[in-house]
Amino acid sequence: MATKASRSAARLMISPAVILLLCWMIVPLAMTIYFSFLRYNLLQPGNSPFVGWENYYWFFTDPSFSAAMINTLVLVGGVLAITTIGGILFALLLDQPMWGQGVIRIMVIAPFFVMPTVSGLVWKNMFMNPVNGIFGHLTQALGFAPIDFFGQIPMASIIFIVSWQWLPFATLILLTAFQSLDQEQLEAAEMDGASWVSRFWFIMLPHLARAITVVILIQTIFLLSIFAEILVTTNGGPGVATTNLTYLIYVSSLLQYDVGIGSAGGVVAIILANIVAFFLMRMIGKNLDA
Amino acid sequence: MARAVSKNRKTLNTVIAGTLGFLMFFPIVWIVVVSLKTEEDAIRAPLEILFSSGWTLESFGAVQARSDYFKHFSNSVIISLGSTFLGLLIAIPAAWAMAFVPAKRTKDVLMWMLSTKMLPPVGVLIPIYLIFRDTGLLDSRLGLTFVLMMINLPIIIWMLYTYFREIPGEILEAARMDGASLRDEVIYVLTPMAIPGMASTILLNIILSWNEAFWTLNLTAAKAAPLTAFIASFSSPEGLFYAKLSAASVMAIAPILIMGWFSQKQLVRGLTFGAVK
Repeated sequence: MATKASRSAARLMISPAVILLLCWMIVPLAMTIYFSFLRYNLLQPGNSPFVGWENYYWFFTDPSFSAAMINTLVLVGGVLAITTIGGILFALLLDQPMWGQGVIRIMVIAPFFVMPTVSGLVWKNMFMNPVNGIFGHLTQALGFAPIDFFGQIPMASIIFIVSWQWLPFATLILLTAFQSLDQEQLEAAEMDGASWVSRFWFIMLPHLARAITVVILIQTIFLLSIFAEILVTTNGGPGVATTNLTYLIYVSSLLQYDVGIGSAGGVVAIILANIVAFFLMRMIGKNLDA
Repeated sequence: MARAVSKNRKTLNTVIAGTLGFLMFFPIVWIVVVSLKTEEDAIRAPLEILFSSGWTLESFGAVQARSDYFKHFSNSVIISLGSTFLGLLIAIPAAWAMAFVPAKRTKDVLMWMLSTKMLPPVGVLIPIYLIFRDTGLLDSRLGLTFVLMMINLPIIIWMLYTYFREIPGEILEAARMDGASLRDEVIYVLTPMAIPGMASTILLNIILSWNEAFWTLNLTAAKAAPLTAFIASFSSPEGLFYAKLSAASVMAIAPILIMGWFSQKQLVRGLTFGAVK
């Protein structure tokens, strides 16, 4: 029933969004790629000569780069492991019959709404500070020496903070998936004598597989860009112990004003994110057909 | 069919889940407690803070005095509301057209829009920073509103699209047959059905913009800094003033926490682009 007139009207209605997004994507992307081939530092006025792959060479051979890549992997992998496994357990637990389920769910989900700078600073100062933090008081009360979290185990501390923020997200999505599980199928399996473990392994996990994949992919997109938590807690240190790719690019672009090298890093980050995005898009695209 | 569960089992579940839930929630409780203490009391041992010190509101006043708190608060409000409503203005027609007049390419367009969301912000940090510097948009609410609108636009369009698509086209046809004009159709049939979906889209986008902490930190200084950037200024040794840090944090997260609790269900849909419902 869509007439020619309504089709062109529809096209007209979509065009502002398409044009804006196209500009937003193409213009900065083209500039980043262009800058990545120039020797261009904001502190050195004058012309910016074309230098080919030089910036990429410097970016890849910088010892901070390999450190940042490893840190990014550890950070993303660590948070994913904790939030996915924790999320499954939390969702499983919250799906059980209990009193005050609504209130408990609200408490579990709350950390997701705390802005990154607040959670970074509150954990750093009020919990992980070796002298005045709650963890410090706890370890002392138990008779242990307090841990200097951001000095001794900086990356683990950041993984902990970020996991606190993202565990609610994983829980919420997996819980939603759990609730669509066919209860009768579970009961039938139970009557046939399937143990809890085999019910979990053969019925629940396969049912959750899709939601788990979505959690992992979406979180990866966001976790690759973790920035504020690092900025307010460790500034990427000590040394480069907590510098991830995003933070490294921030340092070379906005602290060292090296547009060329920063842009080369930006291109690397875009390529990495696109690899993850490719798989995520395929999953979502399949769902769109259904 | 609800399964019969013994009372003991239910109690056990409640205790375990309640304990874990409280542990997750505890940091938020704790900032509220410490925000109501004096600076001297705030660094005492946890049990002393709870039981043997007085309660006061002075930290909230101190935060306002230190750096015009309400300026940052209103920056956050203006930027998150502004970017959400600008986004809606652009997204509603687009989502409406794709949902009700689907064409062969609609799916490709939707997927492409989503792909723009996958662009890591740090990849375009330099161009945006330089463009903003040269056009005087650095540290301006206008510039930040625009950036946040752009990064959330794909989510707004997607959410609206999935909600609009659930409105059956037959209802619109029936209204048309009964002699409703296009205007009547939009006002009396479409709008009432679309309002819940739009409300949750608005809610989720305000939350996302309010908490956005990459662009707000990199594109603002003193003037347009929203709460994310204001709180980040406590990362200097000033963060050791626990009561003030807590008071500032409580005021920064409270509005969003309340909105978030109302939009739990829609959150799943919005953040997974409809992949999990």
